[in-house]
Amino acid sequence: MVSFKRIYADFKVFSVGYLRNKFGLFFGLIFPVVLILIFGAIFSGDAGVVNVYAQNQDEGAFGQNIGNNFLTALNESTTIRVVIVNTSENFTDFLSSKSASDGIVIPTSFTKDYLAGQQVNVTVYGSPASSTSGIVSGTVNGYINYFNLQRFNGTMVIGMTSATVNTEQTTYIDFLVPGLIGFSILTNPMFSLVNIAADYKKNKLFKQLSLTPLTKMEWLISKVLFYIALSAAGFILMVAVGVIAFGAHIALSLWLIPFLVLGPILFASLGMLVGSVAKNPETAGVIGNVITFPMMFLTGTFFPLSMMPEYLQTIARVLPLYYVTEGLNNVMVYNNIPNALIDIVVLGIITLVIFVLAVKLFKWRED
Amino acid sequence: MFPIEVKNLKKSYGSLKAVDGISFTIKPGEVFGLLGPNGAGKTTTIEIMEGLRERDSGEVKILGLDPWKNGYEVHKKIGVIPQDFTFFEKTTPKEAIKYYAKLFNVKADVDTILKEVLLDEMENHVFESLSGGQKQKTGLALSLVNSPELLFLDEPTTGLDPNARRAIWEVIRKLKAKRKTIVLTTHYLDEAQQLSDRVAIMDHGRIVAIGTTEEIIQQHGSGERLEIQGEQPLADYIRANTELQVEYSKTKEKITIPLKKKIDMLTALTTAEQSGMHWGEIQTRQDSLDDVFISLINKPLGEQGKEVKQKSNKKELH
Repeated sequence: MVSFKRIYADFKVFSVGYLRNKFGLFFGLIFPVVLILIFGAIFSGDAGVVNVYAQNQDEGAFGQNIGNNFLTALNESTTIRVVIVNTSENFTDFLSSKSASDGIVIPTSFTKDYLAGQQVNVTVYGSPASSTSGIVSGTVNGYINYFNLQRFNGTMVIGMTSATVNTEQTTYIDFLVPGLIGFSILTNPMFSLVNIAADYKKNKLFKQLSLTPLTKMEWLISKVLFYIALSAAGFILMVAVGVIAFGAHIALSLWLIPFLVLGPILFASLGMLVGSVAKNPETAGVIGNVITFPMMFLTGTFFPLSMMPEYLQTIARVLPLYYVTEGLNNVMVYNNIPNALIDIVVLGIITLVIFVLAVKLFKWRED
Repeated sequence: MFPIEVKNLKKSYGSLKAVDGISFTIKPGEVFGLLGPNGAGKTTTIEIMEGLRERDSGEVKILGLDPWKNGYEVHKKIGVIPQDFTFFEKTTPKEAIKYYAKLFNVKADVDTILKEVLLDEMENHVFESLSGGQKQKTGLALSLVNSPELLFLDEPTTGLDPNARRAIWEVIRKLKAKRKTIVLTTHYLDEAQQLSDRVAIMDHGRIVAIGTTEEIIQQHGSGERLEIQGEQPLADYIRANTELQVEYSKTKEKITIPLKKKIDMLTALTTAEQSGMHWGEIQTRQDSLDDVFISLINKPLGEQGKEVKQKSNKKELH
C-alpha cells in the first residue's frame, strides 16, 4: 500500500537537500542551458556555407578575365564562399598547409580557350571523406553549365525554387533544443540515481530508511516525481533560451507531456537498477557511463539522426533515449503526432519493464 | 513477556560462522550490553534482532514478533541507531526529525526531542557540517521519534572523543531512567560497565559470559586477593605458618594471597605482624571486567583457525 503522505515527506526532504547542493543544481538546470548557448552560437552563423580556397591562374585575353567572373559568380552562390589564393603559391602545398581538402584551380588559358570555344577544364580538389566536397563539386558543376550556356547565348529553361517539408524552415537550433531536452531528461535522473543508489547502499542509508515505514516503492516514486519536476523546469528554461536567444521555431503542445513524464521515470529507474546491481559506487559510475554516453551521442541529441549512416541509425533505434528525442522532435519540430504516438507507446513499454525490474532488484535489507 | 527472546540463533556467511548458536532474554527496562572484540558477531546479532538481516536458524522474538517476517510491524515499535550512522548530507536535524515524524505518522515534539539528545543548538545545521558526536545524537534523536519502548544502539560512541562519549552516555542514562529497554553493543568495557544492567561477552559468534558485571567477574575472574609489599623471607614465613596459598613476585617485591574466605585476610596480616619483619603497603584487589574480558576472549574457544594451526604444528613435530 502506497502512502502519498510518506511520498510527499520524502519528496520534500530530498528537494530541499537538492536545492542546497549548488553543484547538483548547476548540472541539473544550468548546464543544459549553457550547452544550448554554446552549440547555438557555434551553428548560428552561415550554417551550411562552405569555405573553399581557389587559385585563379587565368592570364586573361582581350582585356577580359573570365576566370575572375567565374569565381565571383561562385562566391555569390548560397553554398560557397571563395577564398582567393595568390598565384605565387603551390596550390596543393597550400591546401595541405591549411589542412583543407576542397579547392578550385582556374587554368592559365581559361579566358582564351573560353572565348575561342575550345575545351578547358576547371580543376576541383576534393576528398571522398569530406562531406563538403560534394557541395563544392556540385556547385562548381552548376556554374560551369551556366557559363557554357552563356558562351553560346543559351537560356536557362529549368530553374529551381528552394522549399522544405516543414511548416516553417528548420534550422539547426530547432533540432538542438529537443535534443538537449532529451539529454537532460537522460543525464539528470540517470547520473543522480546511479550515484544515490550506490552511495546509500555503501553508507547504509537504505538500511536506515528500511527501519521506517517508508517502502522502497514509495522512495523510488518520490525520486521519480522529483526528476519529473526537474525535467519540467529544465524544459521551460531550455525552450525559453532557444526561442529568445536563437529564435528557435518550436511547436508546443500537450503531446510533449508523455515524454517529459515517461523519460524521467525510465532513466531514474535505469539509474536505480545500475546502482543496485553494482558492487560499489566506482563500478556503478563506470556502468552508468557505459550506458549513458553512447545514448547521448547516437540518438540525435547534438545532431539530427538523418546525418548519420544507416547502420548507426539502426543502433540508435534500440536505445531508449531515441524514443524520447525522436518523440520530442516529432512534436516540437515536425508536428507529426501519429509518429509521436508510436514513440510514446514504445517508450511506455520500455519504461514499465525497467521500472518493474528496478523495484524488484533494488533491496532495502540484506539477506 | 520479555521484549527480546533469542534461542539458539545461528547465522553464517559462507564458511564463516558469524553467530554460532546463542541464546538470551532481555527484561523490560533493562539495559543490556553486548560486548566483544571486532568480528565477534555483535552487529550480526543486533541486525538480526532489528529485522535487517535474515537468520539461518534459531528463534528470535522481538516484542513477541518475528523481526524478519514481521519487520514492517517491528520497525514501527523499535528505535535503532545502526553502526556508523549517517543521514542525508544536506538535511538538518530538525528537518530529519520532522521527516521521520511524517513517515511514522506521529506528532513529534521536535524541540523536546532535540533537547533530550542535547542537540537543540545545532538544529538548523546540515548533517554534513555536524561533528561526529552531533551526528550520533541526530541518530539518537531519530530513533526516539516513534517513542519506542525498545532501543537498539549499535556502537553508539565508536570513534567519538571522550567528551562526546560522555554526552551520549548522559542521553542513554536519561532513556534508562524512563524505563526504556535498551540493547547496546560496544567494544568499550567502561561503557558497558557504566551503562548496562547486564552484559553478554561475545567471541567468535558465541556468548562466553553473561550476567551483571559483578557476576561475570565472580564467575570468570580469579576472585579477591591480598597483596602485601615485602621481601621473600616474609612470604616464606607466612607460607610456613599458615595454610594459605602464597605467591611471591621478586621483581615487584610483592606477596599475593588469594582470599578464599574473608578470615584469610586476618590470618595473613596477623602472621605478618607476628614475624616481626618489615612489611609495607597492603591492598586487596579483584579482577576488573577488563582482566576477565581479556582472559575470556584470548581463550581459543572453538576458533577453527587456531585449532587447525595447532594440529599442523603437532604434525611437524612428529
